[in-house]
Amino acid sequence: MTTKKFMFVNRKAPYGTIYAWEALEVVLIAAAFEQDVSIAFLDDGVFQLKKGHQTKDIGVKAFEKTWGALEDYDVTKLYVAQESLAERGLTADDLAIPVEVLSRADIGKKMEEQDVLLSF
Amino acid sequence: MLHIINKSPYDRPALDSALQTGEGGILFTEDGVYAIAKGGAAEAKIKAAQGKFKFYALGADIDARGLSDRVMEGISVVDYGGFVDLVAEYKTNQSWL
Repeated sequence: MTTKKFMFVNRKAPYGTIYAWEALEVVLIAAAFEQDVSIAFLDDGVFQLKKGHQTKDIGVKAFEKTWGALEDYDVTKLYVAQESLAERGLTADDLAIPVEVLSRADIGKKMEEQDVLLSF
Repeated sequence: MLHIINKSPYDRPALDSALQTGEGGILFTEDGVYAIAKGGAAEAKIKAAQGKFKFYALGADIDARGLSDRVMEGISVVDYGGFVDLVAEYKTNQSWL
């Protein structure tokens, strides 16, 4: 099978809409097909990675544990926009998993390297 | 009037619209609760408006987003019963969908 470079561009907060969850599902599908997968978190997408989600009282599944499974699928290229973190009062220490914090411009360069961009 | 905001202040202008529209109470639910996290750019907007508005946020949505240790001062955290009480307390309510 041909391997292509897939980047998922996550820009939505979790739970308020279904986008974040759908993105994660497609990430796992792409990884299962042994594609070269990376994920960029921009804008409110950075909130998906915030640690300490306690979702019992809103009746939906929390994301945090599933992020931990990404490594098992060899999805380790996770890029987070520095500007988006800063605007929201967050740092890499607030995130549930290790990521690479990059400027928007550097994320743009990573996007240019892809065969496929999928937006969520 | 009770303003109900369920959109992130970093994604939609709902908070700005509410702040510019009269006075009363503002209740943050769902992604709206990102407004009340300490250190974010929305914090200053809320601080500046605290004389004019009372601010509330739904605890279940704060917890879901991992923000329970970051709630800024001056925010009353309510549960679902408190949500209903607020809607009953104010004469009208406007959901900034």
